[in-house]
Amino acid sequence: MAAFFELNPILQAVLKAVAVICVIFPIAGACSMAERKVCAWIQSRPGPNRAIPPWFRWVPVLGPFLQRIGAFQLMADGLKFLFKEEPVPGQVNKLYFILAPVIAMIPALSTVTVVPFGAYLNGAGQLRPLMLANVDVGLLAVFAVSSLGIYSIILAGWASNSKYPFLGALRASAQLISYELSLTLSVLPVFLWINAPGTPGTMSLVRTVAYQSQPGFWGGAWFVFTMPLSALIFLIALFAETNRQPFDMPESESDLVGGFHTEYGAFKWALFFVAEYSNMIVGSSVFILLFLGGWNPLPWIPLATLAGWLGLAGHPVALGAVSVVIFLGKVLALIFFFMWVRWTVPRFRYDQVMKIGWEKLLPLAIANLVIYAVGIAIIQR
Amino acid sequence: MAIVPIPRTPLSLAERSYLPQIASGLKITLKHLFGPNDTLEYPEQRPAIAPGYRGVPTLVRDPNGREKCVSCQLCEFVCPPKAIRMTPGEVPPGSGREHIEKGPLAFDIDMLRCIYCGLCEEVCPEEAIFLQNQYSMSGYTRAEMVNHKDRLLELGGTLPDTHFKWDKKKAAEATAAAHH
Repeated sequence: MAAFFELNPILQAVLKAVAVICVIFPIAGACSMAERKVCAWIQSRPGPNRAIPPWFRWVPVLGPFLQRIGAFQLMADGLKFLFKEEPVPGQVNKLYFILAPVIAMIPALSTVTVVPFGAYLNGAGQLRPLMLANVDVGLLAVFAVSSLGIYSIILAGWASNSKYPFLGALRASAQLISYELSLTLSVLPVFLWINAPGTPGTMSLVRTVAYQSQPGFWGGAWFVFTMPLSALIFLIALFAETNRQPFDMPESESDLVGGFHTEYGAFKWALFFVAEYSNMIVGSSVFILLFLGGWNPLPWIPLATLAGWLGLAGHPVALGAVSVVIFLGKVLALIFFFMWVRWTVPRFRYDQVMKIGWEKLLPLAIANLVIYAVGIAIIQR
Repeated sequence: MAIVPIPRTPLSLAERSYLPQIASGLKITLKHLFGPNDTLEYPEQRPAIAPGYRGVPTLVRDPNGREKCVSCQLCEFVCPPKAIRMTPGEVPPGSGREHIEKGPLAFDIDMLRCIYCGLCEEVCPEEAIFLQNQYSMSGYTRAEMVNHKDRLLELGGTLPDTHFKWDKKKAAEATAAAHH
């Protein structure tokens, strides 16, 4: 551990970034298998449960278990994507066509840098976040970078030079821009509350969690309890921003074949896929940090209290691991909720999506902001 | 018929927000998530075949182990897609079945042509051909998809039969000969 901190800071950052990507990428891949399994279970099917390498068949309990949950199917799919022929259709603009999936990956993986995914107590008993870049703009950076993801969709749709991808990209850009407004407006009450008069101004996600881990009834309440409408609007806008059902306009298989990725195959398609799941992971993380108490195990029980119970206060590595597990557990639970909703609800029509975005969600978000602004002004006066 | 105007009540706020409906939908899908599977895992688990199922046509034997086909060729003639090809022949003397006079030397059903209509079963005067339970036919070549006589008999097996028509005929002839 000590040797690691003696390394060149840039090398340290690179190593940490590689470590995070090595976690995000497999989780995104595992989510695609989880999606298929959840889909199957909801439809009363067993789901993919056949693929198994021959030598694993002989492992007594573990082998059949991994086979049943489709773990090897995931690897088989990944290998298939790697070794498949990568056809580039004749009509496309080759440069942008190939650039689009790469651009999709950039915001998907770079937003992770400003998302804290755990915390530990240092020697002085202070809570230190586990994250790649503890910047003060926090959430602003997430919003700014993640909205770049739309460029990959527009680029893919335009460079494909074919009607369905084009329509899908148009729908996607309109939808993402519409729901970004409500998304941003819905979190403002949280930061109005955090940035009380006399405190240093911040958009940091770490501070948000710190605010939800204070002692007392109001201090320990997660923001989902104090600001339920904000949380609801944020969640709905998050569904739209990550192009998930019931807002999966860009892909809508039934009317647009595959939407913006109709012309893509093999690994380029897989990159879009992984980017979508990475966006979901980051989106869920932000929701959990803002409204569900981040790495705090339960409402009114902050991580520091848990550390006291388990006697982990003096063990930063162990406490960090516990907090990461708690946080990842919450993220995966929220991703399960995403999947659960996807296989329950049908897709909204395009005009309904626009109507909900502009005529319902946006006024609601503004009203919510105004009411909370007045309330917070009265309380914090 | 009188026209009955049905009052259309405007949707309530809760209904227009979609949320209660989505919640009730989530409840239903959660029930299915933990419920039993409705599907069978096919090659290991097979569906129960209902009686009267029209599967692959087969040739059957009677309880004495005698192949019942007498190669009258009615099935060959009636077969709409001409899937059946048969070579009729004499029953060799000394086999104990000479009184039946005829039997198929070769009996081929091309399962790539068969339409499972069951007319062969219906037309057979000897109740020798039946569409039975087997529903899955696969092969790598066209030749593999043609069921020959031995395969047809193997698939058909023995069906219960109380007629013993040819035995009765033989017995009757024997009695008649004894009384003259």
